[in-house]
Amino acid sequence: MATMSDIHINIASKFYPAIGRAGQHLAIADLTLTLKSNEFICLLGPSGCGKTTLLNIVAGLDNDYKGDIFAGQSHSLPKIGYIFQNPRLLPWRTVRENIDLVLGVQSSSAVVDGLLEVMQLTHFQHVYPERLSLGMSRRVAIIRAFAVDPDILLMDEPFVSLDAPTARQVRELLLALWNERPHNVLFVTHDLREAIALADRLIFLSAAPMSFISEIKVPIARAERHNESAIEAFRWQLLNDYPLIKTLL
Amino acid sequence: MSLLVFIAIWQALAAYFASHTLPTPAIVATVFWQSCVTGELPFHLGATLLRLVVSFSIAMLLGCALGIVLGRNKRLDAFFDNWLVIFLNVPALVTIILCYVWFGLIESAAILAVVLNKLPNVIVTIREGTRALDQDLLEMAKCYNLSKHDTLVHVIWPQLHPFVMGATRSGLALIWKIILVVELLGRSNGMGYQLHLFFQLFDVASILAYTIAFVAVIQLIELMILKPLDKKALQWRR
Repeated sequence: MATMSDIHINIASKFYPAIGRAGQHLAIADLTLTLKSNEFICLLGPSGCGKTTLLNIVAGLDNDYKGDIFAGQSHSLPKIGYIFQNPRLLPWRTVRENIDLVLGVQSSSAVVDGLLEVMQLTHFQHVYPERLSLGMSRRVAIIRAFAVDPDILLMDEPFVSLDAPTARQVRELLLALWNERPHNVLFVTHDLREAIALADRLIFLSAAPMSFISEIKVPIARAERHNESAIEAFRWQLLNDYPLIKTLL
Repeated sequence: MSLLVFIAIWQALAAYFASHTLPTPAIVATVFWQSCVTGELPFHLGATLLRLVVSFSIAMLLGCALGIVLGRNKRLDAFFDNWLVIFLNVPALVTIILCYVWFGLIESAAILAVVLNKLPNVIVTIREGTRALDQDLLEMAKCYNLSKHDTLVHVIWPQLHPFVMGATRSGLALIWKIILVVELLGRSNGMGYQLHLFFQLFDVASILAYTIAFVAVIQLIELMILKPLDKKALQWRR
């Protein structure tokens, strides 16, 4: 298990350079975020507000910004597990080979076996990704991210374009895995119900330039998260108390 | 079946014209057999094949390396783009003659001439392949901290495979043709040298016999080496 390390995210500004007639674009302004003790955070905001940009910055894929991101006291870069919108598996490697590749030399077959078991993919570990359904590919991507035992897990709408029952199944598997191996999570979604089902904390973000609007702790106990009516009740309460939320989703 | 029809047409035409410039399949087969028995054909074919292997390997290795570098580095690419266009368009004959004039009628000059003719093609093909690499997968490799070696071998190379095979096939065809000219102009063995000799003797039967050997070797390379490589690399496809 990862030693619990806090993740500090502080982005003073992120500009996209001018291209053609479109001028310079300020994507993110003054965003500060701290994740503590394996916290599950859902980021909600209008589409195009820069949530993927934020995840890419945290992942170290985009270094063209002002600010800093570090893990723990040592100010080291956090180790990343990234679950993209598309699974991004290598089609020429089997499920197992895809997972082993990111583990490199420290590959431990016991760990991978355990992850495959929880995600119900043990029988598919030697299959090539093109033969998997989208839901299964997503599960492989989730395993890959957990396998590296990251400081922070980034998830960019990982259940989008799945039908409702499949999305629900994968979500429950993800929660089962996360309960067993807690990690800090930044989860981007448009779906308030999904966010309530998953998160410790909801963070609402504004349209570009993206900044912090408000945060809300989800008061539902982990054991109650499978209870649809509890989630629905809290969703109604939120929409009543903060009518602004509707304009953000 | 189509091969039999081809031979039948050939036989009919040869019988109709009854000229020594178009020998029948039987005569060509006899000549083929005789030159195999004397060891003449295997010797010259071997010399050509050796040149093929050496120059092909050099051109592919160098071409892949340079193609990947140019495909990944915009500034280098912009700088060398004109060079590539120039080398792509210099006639093969000019490169061959210049190599012989500058370095003498030696083996390494012959190999160099073949490599120089093939290299720009490989570079351009692999460069296009590198430009078309899937950025999503490269991002994945980056955020999961894959080593340079792993990224190259497991993420980049499989995507380049179709381009490498394309460069290999077109490259073999091109190199065959160029090697013969190289041998004809400045070597005292090999297929090109022999064909030149037969041309001066007007020995069409021998020319055809050598051509058959030639085609057979190409088919063998395709069947024994390239097809299995394709099959192995593409087994993950549905």
